[in-house]
Amino acid sequence: MARITAGVGTSHVPAIGAALDNGKAGDDYWKPLFAGYGPSKEWIAKVKPDVVILVYNDHASAFSLEVIPTFALGCAAEFAIADEGWGPRPVPPVVGHPKLAWHIAQSLILDEFDMTIVNQMPVDHGLTVPLSLMFGQPDAWPCPVIPLMVNVVQYPPPTGNRCYNLGKAIAKAVESFPEDLNVVIFGTGGMSHQLQGPRAGLINRQFDTEFLDNLTTDVPALVRKPHVEYMREAGSEGIEMVMWLIMRGALADDARETYRFYHVPASNTAVGHIILENPPAS
Amino acid sequence: MTNDYNDIPGTIVFDAERSREGYHLNMFCMSLMKPENRAAFKADEAAYLQQFPMTEAQRQSILTRDWNGMLGLGGNIYFTSKLGAADGLSFQQLAGIMTGMGQPAYAEMMLKGGRSVEGNRSKKEQERG
Repeated sequence: MARITAGVGTSHVPAIGAALDNGKAGDDYWKPLFAGYGPSKEWIAKVKPDVVILVYNDHASAFSLEVIPTFALGCAAEFAIADEGWGPRPVPPVVGHPKLAWHIAQSLILDEFDMTIVNQMPVDHGLTVPLSLMFGQPDAWPCPVIPLMVNVVQYPPPTGNRCYNLGKAIAKAVESFPEDLNVVIFGTGGMSHQLQGPRAGLINRQFDTEFLDNLTTDVPALVRKPHVEYMREAGSEGIEMVMWLIMRGALADDARETYRFYHVPASNTAVGHIILENPPAS
Repeated sequence: MTNDYNDIPGTIVFDAERSREGYHLNMFCMSLMKPENRAAFKADEAAYLQQFPMTEAQRQSILTRDWNGMLGLGGNIYFTSKLGAADGLSFQQLAGIMTGMGQPAYAEMMLKGGRSVEGNRSKKEQERG
């Protein structure tokens, strides 16, 4: 059977992708950030996931205001790289896993999570930057990716509790898939940042640190955290962090933190990264 | 309807009310994703804006590049930043304008760890000083 073995939390700042694509990863500004992901790249090369489920949000690329799905699951065989105004990022196309994705979609809907099924969805920096951070710059991504797009642009995003429970339902769906697959789930976005208005540039290291701590020490506190607290404490765009709770929900209660990295700034944003590993299958 | 998030200073939450008000403004910004639309807009901005049923105040905020004004009239930052990109502005340059700091001072603040949340949590807290 298929099994989720680990979760990765990471920011998905577009400037990180631009730095890589423009050969600036070695610059003084970016070097510490990419160094912080070095151990993670080694780790994932050893883990060799068969499939990555990647939770992210679209930034007015595939979805504008015409259609605003709260949860959209990418079931296609391939996802084009979105043109976000400067031409598509020069990264490989994202190959999907339609068989597992459709299985998850059916399982979730019957489990009362009313997913939107998407077969055409250009993926933007929200999805490609985490892939670049974890897999570097390969000619092809090392495994298929199932995109799970979450609305966090139009208020209100789904609640932390809903995200967490969706994660649990995803784990159940994966475990009922008959093929032996090693699945890793990414929760992306955040950490503290505000892009808009006079308060732009807000960073809250203490909030971010407590959030990372609570992913293992007090998950219920995160699950109950209201939207206004993210927006007030971690900036209006810090609300993206609710997506990490889908990743957390998909892991075992006793998942262990095995790596963490935190860095300020990447452009306007605090970068947070964590690896959580499930205990070995009994 | 009063919302708890309206108390956050310097912040406009893109909620239902903003989205209704700003739909056409944001869809104008979205149209700039196509190069031919960017060219048409640049050739005659006012004429191009006539295609979108916006309020006059919204059109003026766009023509004068009043970035905070656009947000106040229902613009969303992920959309208005597309207009910024069409103008050749980076996100940090836009932030420099919206914060009134200018890009160099804004970038310097970010390098020093960003804007502190202390004193920036709530309007009520700010009024009490």
